[in-house]
This record gives sequence, structure tokens and C-alpha cells, in this order.
Amino acid sequence: MKTAVIVFPGSNCDRDAAMALEAVTGVKPAMVWHEETELPEGLDFIMVPGGFSYGDYLRSGAVAARSPIVNDLKAKAEAGVPMLGVCNGFQILTEAGLLDGTLMRNASLHFVCEKAPLLVETANTRFTKGYADRKEIVIPVAHHDGNYFADEATLDRIEGEGQVAFRYANNPNGSARDIAGVTNAAGNVLGMMPHPERAVDADHGGTDGLALFESVLGKLS
Amino acid sequence: MSEAVNPRYAEGITEEIVLDHVTADEYEIILKELGRAPNLVELGIFSVMWSEHCSYKSSRLHLSKFPTKGDKVIYGPGENAGVIDIGDGQAAIFKMESHNHPSYIEPYQGAATGVGGILRDVFTMGARPVALMNALRFGDPKHPKTRQLVAGVTAGIGGYGNCVGVPTVGGETNFDKGYNGNILVNAMAVGLADTDKIFTAAAREPDYPVLYVGAKTGRDGIHGATMASAEFGEGSEENRPTVQVGDPFTEKKLIEACLELMSEDAISSIQDMGAAGLTSSSVEMASSGGLGIELDLDHVPQREENMTAYEMMLSESQERMLIIIKPGREHVAERIFRKWDLDVATIGKTAPHGRLVLRHQGEVVCDLPLDPIGENAPKYDRPWFPAEARGSIDPRELHQPEHLGEVLAGLMGSADMASKRWIWRQYDRHVMADTAASSEDPADAAIVRVHGTEKALAITTDCTPRYCFADPFEGGKQAVAEAWRNLTAVGADPIAITDCLNFGNPERPEIMGQFVGCVEGMAEACKALDFPVVSGNVSLYNETDGVAIPPTPAVGAVGLIPDMSQRMGYGGMKENQVLLLVGETRGELGASLYLREIENQEKGASPRVDLAVEKRNGDFVRSAIRAGQVSAVHDLSDGGLACAAADMAMAAGVGIKLAYTGNLPVFAWMFGEDQGRYLIAADANDAEALRADAKAANVPVEVVGLAGGRFISINGGHAVDLIRLKQAHEGFMPALMDGEPEARVAE
Repeated sequence: MKTAVIVFPGSNCDRDAAMALEAVTGVKPAMVWHEETELPEGLDFIMVPGGFSYGDYLRSGAVAARSPIVNDLKAKAEAGVPMLGVCNGFQILTEAGLLDGTLMRNASLHFVCEKAPLLVETANTRFTKGYADRKEIVIPVAHHDGNYFADEATLDRIEGEGQVAFRYANNPNGSARDIAGVTNAAGNVLGMMPHPERAVDADHGGTDGLALFESVLGKLS
Repeated sequence: MSEAVNPRYAEGITEEIVLDHVTADEYEIILKELGRAPNLVELGIFSVMWSEHCSYKSSRLHLSKFPTKGDKVIYGPGENAGVIDIGDGQAAIFKMESHNHPSYIEPYQGAATGVGGILRDVFTMGARPVALMNALRFGDPKHPKTRQLVAGVTAGIGGYGNCVGVPTVGGETNFDKGYNGNILVNAMAVGLADTDKIFTAAAREPDYPVLYVGAKTGRDGIHGATMASAEFGEGSEENRPTVQVGDPFTEKKLIEACLELMSEDAISSIQDMGAAGLTSSSVEMASSGGLGIELDLDHVPQREENMTAYEMMLSESQERMLIIIKPGREHVAERIFRKWDLDVATIGKTAPHGRLVLRHQGEVVCDLPLDPIGENAPKYDRPWFPAEARGSIDPRELHQPEHLGEVLAGLMGSADMASKRWIWRQYDRHVMADTAASSEDPADAAIVRVHGTEKALAITTDCTPRYCFADPFEGGKQAVAEAWRNLTAVGADPIAITDCLNFGNPERPEIMGQFVGCVEGMAEACKALDFPVVSGNVSLYNETDGVAIPPTPAVGAVGLIPDMSQRMGYGGMKENQVLLLVGETRGELGASLYLREIENQEKGASPRVDLAVEKRNGDFVRSAIRAGQVSAVHDLSDGGLACAAADMAMAAGVGIKLAYTGNLPVFAWMFGEDQGRYLIAADANDAEALRADAKAANVPVEVVGLAGGRFISINGGHAVDLIRLKQAHEGFMPALMDGEPEARVAE
């Protein structure tokens, strides 16, 4: 399995992402600097990690979405390579136009860090098929701008198309229709505010995120 | 002799300008040392370097009483942070520092830059920062400024730490009217490094290039160190322009760039620009290496136009470092810092002459011998007298409360005991994926795994200002002992401490007496517990309009858990387990939380700490944890046995039937704050074995309760529902911060 993590100035969950991918695949991911123009060939999975790319200045994810590497990221998305954007990565993917909607400031106006119960909305995506037997999982959230917003027509459409992967059981940020994670129409791009990469280890955050990575990358035998 | 200096004032300098910078006595010393009058730039440099904040002139004499050496100490005080050996070629590097004055004036930026500054102290030495802690003291919850200060400080700590991507794993928050005019914001950072890759500040060789890296220099924070060394009065808010502005995004890039450069063979020595910015960093590097330094200020990256030499030298712009680079390796630094979009400029070189020489626009604007600025800075033996001893409290003479369960609920919902979820929910506690226990978890210390190993660091901050005010010596001992106890309770071997000594005006003998008492008490405890001081910070003049804060020597402590699987918490109690109390109970209620919250009295002697007993009891508990004989361990501190039992019951969701048949009034047994004690939950057969072991080890252990049900009760009565306790415990902060103003004062 060949994976990559994109690193922007201000990314700070890149190490978390790399540790999780290595734990699941047994192989270290390629760490790709944002100024590169091409991702490595033959990737099975790409992760856009959390953090504060460009300090969240202008708008969360807005500057990073214009980085040189993003052109190739878009090409890979078009080509069907599975990719996951977590937290700031989700914000970057929406700013890059790869996912619908946008992430606004939390309704409370406060940063929120807690273990969030999530409802698995569909096990019918390549990221969630490992949750077929489970309705509720717990994944940590840690963000200031996680309030998912899209217009009503868009929300109706993504719900109708089965693109809502996760909802909050206890909405921590005011997200429309409790949406915590969405995929693109083709189903190969997932963005979510909760951090599954922080939930692959019993000593840290639990193991409820493991099935997500195993769904898309397979289990390490 | 200084009478001989003629003229007494350099061109453009008046007596008034001099007294804005140094005292009249200090000016005489300067004249004597230089044999001439200093110009404005030089006066500015003396002013910040001789400020209390940089020179420790009132405290140095007493700080030398701390034990600072030990088997595991690699670097003690004198470096940017303390360094301890944690085995396998790895080191933990840590320090705590105050940012009190700026946080009162501008809470968000004051707290944020406090976090930024303490992080730089740690990564300057080659460590990747892995954990942040904070010890916060606010005024009376009902004081009109408190809510705004809590909100601003919390947002500032989170805003910086979350963005930098270092988890904020724990800390403490107290409220006391003694901090109404002067809050305390003490931040601690812990990092990890390899023992063979630790960097220090002392210049090693002359004629090495001096590099400036990081953010540009602006006019912010000029004279911040001087402000931090003065009392507050009317109009302190006008000092707002002297508070620095932080940019955590730049700090994050600076961490990565510095660590990247440190992995190359390029750095000779490195120092962050903290208080007194370019002045203190260049002076400290040169003087600790016994060398001199020459800087050309025209090359300093500047954010604003037409900055003077004085402004550049005194600016406290954030996120800047000074690096002495190995000759010919400048290009390596340039490549790395440019990659991270940071400024990098060669601004001077080291020199053999022992002087600080500054050039600006072609002229020499400063030429000072370094010794008088740094090493020979004034050192005062300030007069002091000890605090008056208080009598002990006889619980039989106090009002006997009727419903002990309701008293317990009241204490659990009081400002100091209440859950601080509202605060720590705003901190990213999990980034870096190594946090095993943080503020949200039932554990007496935060636990952070040493990346890629089975080892973990245990980290805590502690101080009980009530005790320090009642008896500085015993209070100082207790602060260290409680930190040691908290590390022990999670199964760690305590290793060393950092401190942040927050006091009032040292020119007042009673305040100086508090300082001396606390330091001597801490030193005694550190010696007895083999728990050396490896770094620290002193913050004096914490007064407003002549009213000093309670003496607050905050202790930050680090220990090692050799095997993560043996870590302990206080949440693991199960139905039908036995509750054991380790340590002796005399019902000490002097200066207790009970007395303050329930009786509205702040009197009596603080509890005594018998350090030999403390060590014996703690060593017993630690070995029981490692033998796998216990399910939960909690140290006893504020609110005594009953509050610790409530914590354990709420965390486990299991009630406790407490039982007491001794001679003390029951409330004194429940709420007394006798030291050196722990509560343990264990299976009945393990409890029997533990009692036998304890007897052999001369450690008092007795059965005090049984786990089960949904209530906490005492001797079959006074029951209080766990739900009621939880509501009280969780209710205080939301009512204070999110409630209507009327609701807030009703509490």
C-alpha cells in the first residue's frame, strides 16, 4: 500500500496522520511538501492532515487550497484516488472545490476539543464499509471552524446521494443537519472534522478510527 | 569615585531620563563601571538587563538555596530550560514561566505570548515540545473583571497552543480575591530530545557569525521586561502597547525550521529572544561564553520604518531567535529558513573582547563591557521578616455541619474544586497522538507517551496559596510535596521540578519574608524528596495599589512512568471494592478549603508536611501500583478525604459508603487536609495484602469505605447522590462564563 500525507506550513497533525497510516499499512507514507507540483506515482491513498495551514489567516484552508501541490491533488481526485481530509484538511478540500459546503466558525465561537460520539450514516462508502455492524463510534474533535454549512438544496442533494458519511450524535459546533463528514459524488474523497487518525490506539483516543483506515486500505495481516 | 565622571549625563540625557531607566544608586554603579556617562541606548540596555525580570536582583541570593543537582539532572538552572535524563539516550526538557502583568493588561495576547515564550525556551535547547501545562489564578468570581480575564486568557492559551500543535494537557485554575488586581498566568512547556543533541546558549568561539532568524522586529513590547517588574496602579491599561503580539503560525514554522537546522551540523549555540529581546539574548550568549559580541543593527530585519537602535534593542517582538553559526554553514540556515518563509540575516559576529558593540547607520551606538551588565548585575539582600505564626484550629470549636453530603456537594461545586471543563475544552489535548491522560481524564497528573516508546512522562503543576499565606515555609514544602504526590499517584518516579515564584513587592519586608519562607520550604522538600529544581522563573511586584497577591510559588514537576501499561488513575474503582486510606488523619482544618468555603474564614495554621512520612507513604503507594494491587489511586489535597472520594466516585460512576469510628468530629475527618495521604480502591483480597505490607513498611493504612451504589454516604447517613455531586461540580464554570450576570453572582 502506497500512501502520502501533504504537509503545508502550519500543518500540525501530519505526524498523527503518518503514525496512523504506518500503523494500518505497515509502511511509512510519503510526506509531500506543499510546494511540490506532483504527488508520487501509484498512490493508493492521500491524506490532507489537520492543523492551521497558513495560521488560518484569510479563511481556514483558503491559502493552502492555492498551493502548487493542489493542482495534482485535484487531478488525483478526478482519477479516483481515495483521499481523506481531516479538520484543516477538510477545510482545504472544500476551499479547493473538491467537496461541497464550507466550514464556518463554531456556533459557540469557542475552540472545542472533546471525544465526539458520531453516527455512521452509511456503511456504503469505501471509507465506512468497515462500520457495517456499528451505528455509533467515538472520535475526537479539536477545531475552531467546524460548523459545516451549505445551502438547503446542496444539503438535500448530498443527503439524497448518500454523501453524508458521519453525523454528530451531540452537535458540538452548530453544523447544518449535524453533518460531521461528507464525500464527493464519486465517493473517493472524504472530508471530516473529527480526527480518526487520533483514534487508532487504545492508549490514545481509543480505536474507533481504525475501521475507517482499514476500510480504504485493507487490514494488515 | 563616580563624582569624578564628568559630565554626569551624556548628550541629550537628563536626570529624569536616567530615573525612567534605573534607580539613582544603580546609575552611580553604571558611572563607576564605565568611567563615563552612558548614552540612551546603553541606558536602555542597563535598564532591561538590571530589571528584576532579567537580573533576579532581589531573588538570586535565596534561589541559591535550591538543590539543583542529581543523578538525572543534565542541565539545571542557568540554561533556557532544565534538562533531565529519562534513559535510553533521551532527555526531557522543561520550564515554567510567568506572563502575569501582560495577561492582566491584555489577556488574550498576554497569555498567548506566554505560551509562545515558554515553548521557545524548550525548543531552543533542541527539544521538540510535546506538552503544555498552565497554572492560572484569577480574582473573585464575582469581581467584574474576572469573567473577561478568564475568557481572554483561556482563548489566548488555546489560540497559541492549538495552532502551534502542542497539546495542552493539564494545569490548575484557582479563584481568590487576592488576585483581583493581578492575575497569574504561568505556562509550562515540556519537550523531548536526544541527550547527544542538546543545544545551549553560551558562545564558544570568537569570530563566529551571529544569525537572526524568525519574525521581523517591530516596536511592540518595548520595555516589557521593565513593565513586568513594576507594580500596577491606576491607568495600568495604558501599558497595553508594551504587551507583545503573538503569531503562533510563525512559531510553528520556527520550531520546524530550528529542529531541521539542529539536525544538520551547523549551530554552535542558540538562544531565543525573550524578555528584553535582542539585548538579553546577545548579552547572555556572549557573557556566558566569556566572549564579546558585535552587531550591526542595519541588518536586523525590521517590520517598521525608521526604527532607532534603542527601539530595536528593547523590542520584544515575538518568534525570534539568535543563532551563532559555524563559519561557512550560513547557507544551510538560509536554505532552511527560506523554505519556511522566515527571515534570516547575518547581523554580527562573536568577538574576543568581552564587550557589547552595536553599530547603526555607520556609527557605534553602544560599546559596553559585558560583565557589569550581566554577571555583575546588582544583587540585593533585601530586608525581610517572617510571617506571624498562626495557631492551629481545633475542629471541636467549629460549628458542626448538619448534612455532610450537602457540605460535600457545596465544596465540589466551589470555585477551586469545580470542574474546569469550560476552560480545557478549548485546548487541543490530543494533537501529536501521544496523550494518555489529560485534564479530561481521572488522573492526578497528565501522562504523555515518549513518542515511539512504552515510556511516558507524568506532568503536574501545584501550589496551595492559602497555605503559603498562612505559613510560607510549610506552604513552600507543601507545594513541592503535593507535586511529588501527584506524580506518584499516577505511578511515576518523580524526577525534578521547575518553578514559577509569584510574589508581591520585594522591597516590603513582609513580602520578602513570604518569598524567603516559601523558597526555604521548597528547598527543604526538594532535598528530602530527591526532587531537584532544574529551571524556574521569578515574578515579583504582583501588586495593585499596594495590595500584594497571596504568595504563589507554583511548582511544575515531571516524572517518568517506565512502562505505560502500569500507569494509574483514580477512575478505575469497581463495585464492592475496598477503599483504603494511606496516611495519618488528624483533621487539620487550618487554612483549609472547608474553612474558607463553608465557614467563610481564612485562618489557622496550614497543614504540616512531614517529609519523611511523605516519602515513605508515596514509595509504598508506587510499589502497590507497580505490583498491580490497586484499581484506582487519588492523592488527598483540597477538601481532604471526602472530596477525593467524590472525584473517584464520579469518575467511576460508583458510589462509596464511607465509615468512620474514630474520635475526631466526622466533618474534620472528612474535610481535613492532612498531608501525605492517598485514597486507594482495591479488591478485598488485595486490600488485605496491602494492609499487611503497609504494616511491615510502617505506613498507616486503614479501610475507610466500600464501593457500591449511586450515593456517597458516611456512617450510613448524610447520603448525596452522584448526579447531584456532578451537577454541582460541572455547574460552576458554565454559570460563571455563559450564564446571565445575575445568575453568576447568585452562586
